[in-house]
Amino acid sequence: MGGWAIAVHGGAGVDPNLPPQRQEEAKQLLARCLNLGISSLHSNASAIDVVELVVRELETDPLFNSGRGSALTENGTVEMEASIMDGPKRRCGAVSGLTTVKNPISLARLVMDKSPHSYLAFSGAEDFARLQGVEVVENEYFITPENVGMLKLAKEANTILFDYRIPTNGYDTCGAGVESPMKMNGLPISVYAPETVGCVVVDKEGRCAAATSTGGLMNKMTGRIGDSPLIGAGTYACELCGVSCTGEGEAIIRGTLAREVAAVMEYKGLGLQEAVDFVIKNRLDEGFAGLIAVSNKGEVAYGFNCNGMFRGCATEDGFMEVGIWE
Amino acid sequence: MGWAIAVHGGAGDISRSLPHDRRQPREEAIRHCLQIGVEALQSNSPPLDVVELVVRELENIPHFNAGRGSVLTSEGTVEMEASIMDGNTMRCGAVSGLTTVVNAVSLARLVMEKTPHIYLAFDGAEQFAREQGVEIVDSSHFITPENVERLKLAKEANRVQIDYNAQPIQNDTKKEKPCANGDSQIGTVGCVAVDSNGNLASATSTGGLVNKMAGRIGDTPVIGAGTYANELCAVSATGKGESIIRGTVARDVAALMEFKGLSLKEAADCVVHERTPKGTVGLIAVSAAGEVVMSFNTTGMFRGCATEDGYSEVAIWSDAQVE
Repeated sequence: MGGWAIAVHGGAGVDPNLPPQRQEEAKQLLARCLNLGISSLHSNASAIDVVELVVRELETDPLFNSGRGSALTENGTVEMEASIMDGPKRRCGAVSGLTTVKNPISLARLVMDKSPHSYLAFSGAEDFARLQGVEVVENEYFITPENVGMLKLAKEANTILFDYRIPTNGYDTCGAGVESPMKMNGLPISVYAPETVGCVVVDKEGRCAAATSTGGLMNKMTGRIGDSPLIGAGTYACELCGVSCTGEGEAIIRGTLAREVAAVMEYKGLGLQEAVDFVIKNRLDEGFAGLIAVSNKGEVAYGFNCNGMFRGCATEDGFMEVGIWE
Repeated sequence: MGWAIAVHGGAGDISRSLPHDRRQPREEAIRHCLQIGVEALQSNSPPLDVVELVVRELENIPHFNAGRGSVLTSEGTVEMEASIMDGNTMRCGAVSGLTTVVNAVSLARLVMEKTPHIYLAFDGAEQFAREQGVEIVDSSHFITPENVERLKLAKEANRVQIDYNAQPIQNDTKKEKPCANGDSQIGTVGCVAVDSNGNLASATSTGGLVNKMAGRIGDTPVIGAGTYANELCAVSATGKGESIIRGTVARDVAALMEFKGLSLKEAADCVVHERTPKGTVGLIAVSAAGEVVMSFNTTGMFRGCATEDGYSEVAIWSDAQVE
């Protein structure tokens, strides 16, 4: 017990027919991010710095649905959101509706550290970004050809797609036109891959932190906010633990999922894995989601009730694992 | 058992020397809104309808920081937000950054019922409002002379505090600087209701923090922070948004009841007096069993409640009760 621990995720809900090459790419990215976090922890970085660093890496890589590679709104644009929380004093920062900020998680951190508020959104957040001098780019930077293709498909099917990375020619069982596609979010969506990213860390001093970042739902209404920037829903950290969630935004919000893990640990005295299992089993009703968590004792845990979650975790005693399926 | 309802018009550093002309209209307004809610419950309206109805009324009254009478951003504009939650289904809706929508709480309900989403904000929310045909007006409708004055005083007072290059200023003990007449209008409005079948609902609405940065979102639209309802209880919180968010206040009341078996009152008191810093939070809550509690760690909270057995109360501070 004790020592550092880290977990990362790249989304819960994965198509069972995801081509092996894609699975490999995802696992490599997760491993790379884990290693980045681990190096930092070896150099005594604090949990809050590590979660930011790792999520920045995930945002910068176009593979998952955050930063570059974000899902597109109904207008074909990108609106990104993120939140970060520092366990010791439960300080937090969140942003929504970002269109030019290269690393939303870093802006969320600046909201936490450099503003009198906890949550800034849309043009107010963009103005703050410029005041802070963070790196900004054109909205086009975030848009990938794959996602443009996905949006088109989503519109044709008139559905909401979480996010899906399969090229259009690999669509035998997952395409928009399939008879009874796997469903998520209670809507006739074609494919099931939210791919929000997140990281949770407990450092050597036992401090926990959590960070989550996303482009949101494919074909979402402009102005739609999901669970990722909502403290208590997509992200939570306190003295006891750090949690980051992914999956059906509505289910995560209604279930105040991230907070729930901490609440059952605190109020029911459950251990980390018990708490994670309890929450996944009891708090999701018909919703689908997954989460990663660390405790101040150096433990790491994850859980999901859907078909797979891109994740990786490692602890100071040398344990390391990257996975997608059960 | 039986129905119960509570309303609030904001918790904060409400000076006991609040002049009569600042105090009386708000007490009257609370009484009036409470009565509207009571009548609706008596005619068997579902609690979800009741809380929306009451909060609409509070939004329309310019004495509170919601809808008309909302405090102003640092740019002198209004940006309103609200959320609503249905205890039975745990469906919820939220909106932020509204500038022309007369009743934010009703738009939040429409997000819940008419979109696949829970939360819409800023331009997207305004666009949705137009698609739904809700009542919209010019932003000037919401701005009152008192709030223009409050903004001016807040800017003067905060001139030395807002410096984004300085040390982190997000701390729990930063006090609101009251206006000259002791009336800083921090807070929010909210309503919680339960019917005799134990159906619960909660709704909260606000203009936010005076002199807030444009784009600042507070606790009010964040489910679990400012608003929460499930099968055990319904909660609406008010006070320092940043403290309510990090304390997941509304959810915590329910969590304490569920996981530690606390009663409604014990849970509310625990959250307000033990788990959040003094001077930051107030809340109203009802339980499925028809109990009601109004708890705050600030100087005062504009509030009122009523239960089916005939009890009713309107108050501001903790010992100055007004019947």
